[in-house]
Amino acid sequence: MLFKILTKDGFEQLVDGILESNEVIGPKRVATGANGKPIHQYLPVTSFGELDLDYETTEFPAKTYFLPYRETLSTFHFDEADWTQEIRYRIQPRAIVGLHACDINGLLKLDKVFGRDAFPSPYYLSRRRNTLVVGIDHMPCEGGFCQSVDAHVVSHGFDLFLTDLGDRYFVSIGSDRGFDLVGKVENREVSEDDTHAYLAVRRRISDAFKTHVRTQNLPTLLDLEFDSPVWKRWGDKCLSCGSCAMACPTCYCYGVNEEVSMDFTVGTKVKQLHSCNLVDFAMVAGDHNFRPSRESRLKYRYYHQHRGFAEAYDEPKCVGCNRCGRVCLAGINPPEVIADLHEEDRA
Amino acid sequence: MRYLGIEPIRPRVGVFSFTCCEGCVLQLANKEETLGPFLEAIQVVNFREISTEKGADYEIALVEGSISRDDEVERLRQIRDQAKVLVALGTCAVFGGVNRLKDVFSPQEANRIVYGDQSRETAPIRAVHEVVPVDLSIPGCPISKVELERIVQHVALDLPWQFPEYPVCVECKQRFTVCMFDKGQLCLGPLTRAGCDAPCPAGGLGCWGCRGPAADPNHAEFDALVARRGFSRAQVQDRLSFFGGFPTEGSEEKP
Ligand code: SF4
Ligand code: SF4
Ligand code: SF4
Ligand code: SF4
Ligand code: SF4
Repeated sequence: MLFKILTKDGFEQLVDGILESNEVIGPKRVATGANGKPIHQYLPVTSFGELDLDYETTEFPAKTYFLPYRETLSTFHFDEADWTQEIRYRIQPRAIVGLHACDINGLLKLDKVFGRDAFPSPYYLSRRRNTLVVGIDHMPCEGGFCQSVDAHVVSHGFDLFLTDLGDRYFVSIGSDRGFDLVGKVENREVSEDDTHAYLAVRRRISDAFKTHVRTQNLPTLLDLEFDSPVWKRWGDKCLSCGSCAMACPTCYCYGVNEEVSMDFTVGTKVKQLHSCNLVDFAMVAGDHNFRPSRESRLKYRYYHQHRGFAEAYDEPKCVGCNRCGRVCLAGINPPEVIADLHEEDRA
Repeated sequence: MRYLGIEPIRPRVGVFSFTCCEGCVLQLANKEETLGPFLEAIQVVNFREISTEKGADYEIALVEGSISRDDEVERLRQIRDQAKVLVALGTCAVFGGVNRLKDVFSPQEANRIVYGDQSRETAPIRAVHEVVPVDLSIPGCPISKVELERIVQHVALDLPWQFPEYPVCVECKQRFTVCMFDKGQLCLGPLTRAGCDAPCPAGGLGCWGCRGPAADPNHAEFDALVARRGFSRAQVQDRLSFFGGFPTEGSEEKP
């Protein structure tokens, strides 16, 4: 990895440069919550000033720019004897600025699911490759436990990653196009002082985590606690609303529907993100539902995050952002649910 | 136009209004960009909002509105006898709708407030299914034209139709609406059946539950979460009873 120093003005010029020819998406303040805290979303901006790089977290994950909630997979045009199919997955190049380490780690996990294996998704890859990712370091967000799942640092999966050293940014360069961009504005080499300052910031961040989740041996614990009363206790609270999965940067389950135009000449395959917490998620022909209870649905969301994915990819799917915990109106959150499982194990 | 080799069925449809604002039937004539093909996919034989034709040979009866008078009961029974399929169209027909709010007063009191000394015949509000058997219920105040088009396509191609079982929150999140609860306001989204695309939270009103309950609504947790956020029982009961779709305290029957 290469490192450079950019002044704050230099970074602003860099973003302005991207804005001249491409769309830029970043954290924008959209509302103030009842608790007095600002609410942020990743949205397109028209100037650098609209970005609020000091944000704590966003309501919605950045995944929607790579895996939209709804997308058209293909369109069929029919006439009496024949039909044609149209598939479009190309997007205009764009940049997303200000992602935190957990969210970039989330993209790395989605890369494993949609970018590799036998059937990579062209829809996902087109968005991923055409999106320049600029990350930024920050103090832990409230309830965030990314450190417990090793997602508070990130070493690849981005083009540039910034660490704020007060009057300047320490920039980690993760790609050729990132390197080119830095070269277009005033920059300098990293000095020994810069390195010390960078390491001090990194330490301050690491020491500031207040929320910890015990993840050692969690896949095995989950196997042992399959019938634990913990699932019923938390499951009884679940509203089966799917908000946790919508807010999660790594939840990717989906359904595909066929939509037909009113004159029956055009058919579209539309993909829509779903959630394993929804009643209809495991509904199959004949009105059978193999996850009929709230408890079983909630449990399987945790199993996918911390057991199923871990078996397939040697790491949890969860990046510890706690968006699911914050968004859940019933107060169901991974730190408490997992702590309860550990308790149960001891009891 | 054949679709995937299937010749669409063009069912003969009659449209009938009872006690309501006729907003749902107006939806049938909305969405101009697809109105032509929509009216080609069905054969309208009785629909006074768009045609003077008064045919009696309909197979599908779309019935909007709730039932609040004896002559309405009689008319509804005749429609039921004629129709192969009777569809309750809109929240008034499915649950009684806002009209049910009348029933907090006695018929005499309601009459006095609305008509003064010109009293009219009025009985307690009933949903269509409380009077005759209903084959399909399409909730919504008003109904969603997009959803209705999809239902019509399913009928035309003879495919089974399935409403979403999940609650409004899914569609609300998918349009990036800031949650009403985060703004300190009440919302029935977690209890209410989706399918409307959550326009009301997006418009800043919160969901009022016009589509009635989602599958297996978690009332116990909903009561707890609204109480934790400082909403009173009365506020929540008020909202739940607004469209008549939810069981409320003191109501004997579950809709
Ligand atoms: S865990 Fe919370 S957010 Fe997720 S479905 Fe259940 S109630 Fe909704
Ligand atoms: S499961 Fe929750 S904490 Fe983990 S990545 Fe998803 S939203 Fe974040
Ligand atoms: S359901 Fe609503 S829109 Fe439809 S008729 Fe009743 S009041 Fe009017
Ligand atoms: S605003 Fe209402 S419908 Fe939307 S997520 Fe919040 S509770 Fe659910
Ligand atoms: S958001 Fe609620 S009140 Fe509004 S249309 Fe949908 S179900 Fe009806």
